[in-house]
Amino acid sequence: MTSGEDERSEPSERASGEAASREVDIPEVTEVSGTGIPVRGNDIDTDQIIPARFMKVVTFDGLGEFAFFDKRFTDEDEAKDHPFNEDRFRDANVLVVNSNFGCGSSREHAPQALMRWGIDAIVGESFAEIFAGNCLALGIPTVTADAETVEAIQDWVAANPDGELDIDVAAETVTYGETTVDVAVDEAQRKALVEGIWDTTALMKSNTEAIRETAASLPYVESSESWVADD
Amino acid sequence: MSSGTLYDKVWDRHKVTTLPNGQDQLFVGLHLIHEVTSPQAFGMLRERDIDVARPDLTHATVDHIVPTADQSRPLGDDAAEEMMSELEANVRDAGIDFSDPTTGDQGIVHVIGPEQGLTQPGTTIVCGDSHTATHGAFGALAFGIGTSQIRDVLATQTVAMEKQKVRKIEVTGELGEGVTAKDIILTIIRRLGTDGGVGYVYEYAGEAIENLDMEGRMSICNMSIEGGARAGYVNPDETTYEWLAETDEFSDSEGRSPSDSRTMSGDEPERFEKMKQYWKSIRSEETAEYDDVVTIDGSEIEPTVTWGTTPGQGIGISESIPHPEELPEDKQDTARSSQDHMEVEPGESMEGYDIDVAFLGSCTNARLPDLRAAAEIVRGRQVDESVRAMVVPGSQRVKAAAEAEGLDEVFREAGFDWREAGCSMCLGMNDDQLEGDERSASSSNRNFVGRQGSKDGRTVLMSPEMVAAAAVTGEVTDVRDLPTAEVEA
Repeated sequence: MTSGEDERSEPSERASGEAASREVDIPEVTEVSGTGIPVRGNDIDTDQIIPARFMKVVTFDGLGEFAFFDKRFTDEDEAKDHPFNEDRFRDANVLVVNSNFGCGSSREHAPQALMRWGIDAIVGESFAEIFAGNCLALGIPTVTADAETVEAIQDWVAANPDGELDIDVAAETVTYGETTVDVAVDEAQRKALVEGIWDTTALMKSNTEAIRETAASLPYVESSESWVADD
Repeated sequence: MSSGTLYDKVWDRHKVTTLPNGQDQLFVGLHLIHEVTSPQAFGMLRERDIDVARPDLTHATVDHIVPTADQSRPLGDDAAEEMMSELEANVRDAGIDFSDPTTGDQGIVHVIGPEQGLTQPGTTIVCGDSHTATHGAFGALAFGIGTSQIRDVLATQTVAMEKQKVRKIEVTGELGEGVTAKDIILTIIRRLGTDGGVGYVYEYAGEAIENLDMEGRMSICNMSIEGGARAGYVNPDETTYEWLAETDEFSDSEGRSPSDSRTMSGDEPERFEKMKQYWKSIRSEETAEYDDVVTIDGSEIEPTVTWGTTPGQGIGISESIPHPEELPEDKQDTARSSQDHMEVEPGESMEGYDIDVAFLGSCTNARLPDLRAAAEIVRGRQVDESVRAMVVPGSQRVKAAAEAEGLDEVFREAGFDWREAGCSMCLGMNDDQLEGDERSASSSNRNFVGRQGSKDGRTVLMSPEMVAAAAVTGEVTDVRDLPTAEVEA
């Protein structure tokens, strides 16, 4: 049922790689290449991407097989028509969607499920904000183009399931077949991906003194002298 | 580029620095956590050997998975029990306050923050929950974050964000009879679209907003995300300050509040006055500049219900369900599949749409005034025999306060189930779920396919009063046709 779960190392593996310093290796994401999978429709919400009942877990492990679950299976567990069920898209890693994709809840379970199914990048007309932010935190680009361009890519992918797509995050282009189109990547997202600074924990933690000063300047943050004293 | 708005001021005061990627690093005044989106973040911290930076500015509750019938431990659902135990261990290890069910303070995270006085104007509030914008009702800058960001906040008490544009939504005039805050926000989303707010923060203003109580303002800010806006707020005013004076934060051990400062002990009145000066200082200036301004005539808003499967698919109760071809081209396909799923016909009214379930609950509409208003409709009437109806109070405190007024009896006598506090059937993560293709009249915030626990289930969003009306008639009903006085005889 799942594919590509091994293609991308899980955060836990990334994190445990350098146990001594516990530093996290954050790869630069300048380009994503692979084959595509189209999921058509506007306003595809996070409840569709990962139904809430699969969120009764304390880790993200194994969520990949539940991506789009209720769109893919009947109550009797029979497969329905859905791109995520089609063999020809089994190895795809570039998802192509329409407008307002990922609207609804803030659940990171949604991009986590897609990532663990095998998705490394998403091309769409537009994305809900929290969803796009969650993708960025996982190093997944969410690049945008107008409706016509996106539909053309979807049509091409449907006709060429083995055809290679190339998303150049730095240059803001998508190439499929002989065609290269301009796409947009949010400026902060582009910089974060290209420079490998999309995991912000260590980056922000290094500003301890400035954090302390900001906290001390706020009238409602009490006893700010007592905190991070042990830091 | 906006200037002089509450958003600009609160942002500037909390900005730590600009990060190399161009995002701003913002200090977080209050981090609310719950059992569904936080355990993975604590796991990531353990992997990186990082401690929670400010447990004193973090507060936990359990809401999404708690059963609303029998809450005895271990919980009947093993998965729910595991999530509960994991949260208990995490908050214990980190020293985080936890409003667990034994405290009497447990409830939906967006209900307990305000009622405990944790939610204050001019603060930044984040939570791994998209309805965090609720807290904006107090003039806080509050937004939902994902689990990786929860990790960041636990580790640093800061979050990386890009500054957004500000759209002022001015709702003018007086609301008509039977029209509530819920109808205002459903109208705003219908007008501006489910993605109209992407890239924006919404400032709700105007006479109709200012006249709302705090709970009404919370209902509006709560659904900002349904309009695509990650945050929404109302400028604090006397209504806000009076509400805050009564909370645990500012009343003394005898329960006396700063509004009667002469009788109070300690330095609470002084602290309250000092905070009030700060709260006033972060209000949007008269001369503030906005990136966009939208005006909506509040007097034209009707009791509103949804006919489809996105919160933007709403109509006034006397209007007709739109023909897809009348809608903007990019909304037509969604409209067709929505109408198919809901089994509704264009050109018809939603009035008379049969319902099987009435759900009165959720972080949108399960506070005391919501329950009071619904009880007034229900009083002296009976739930239709074809309907199973339930009230799930937003918090244990709301439940206790409602019981002290006898509202539980009103609901029970009418045939409603009176439950324990939690998210419940808003998203069906506990046992409270639609079955098969049941149709639900719901005071919650999302009518997505499958949202209430059954993928064939159907949800019609509406105000608590309208849910009460639907419960007693068995169909979507204009609450204005059910006068409360009529049943006195």
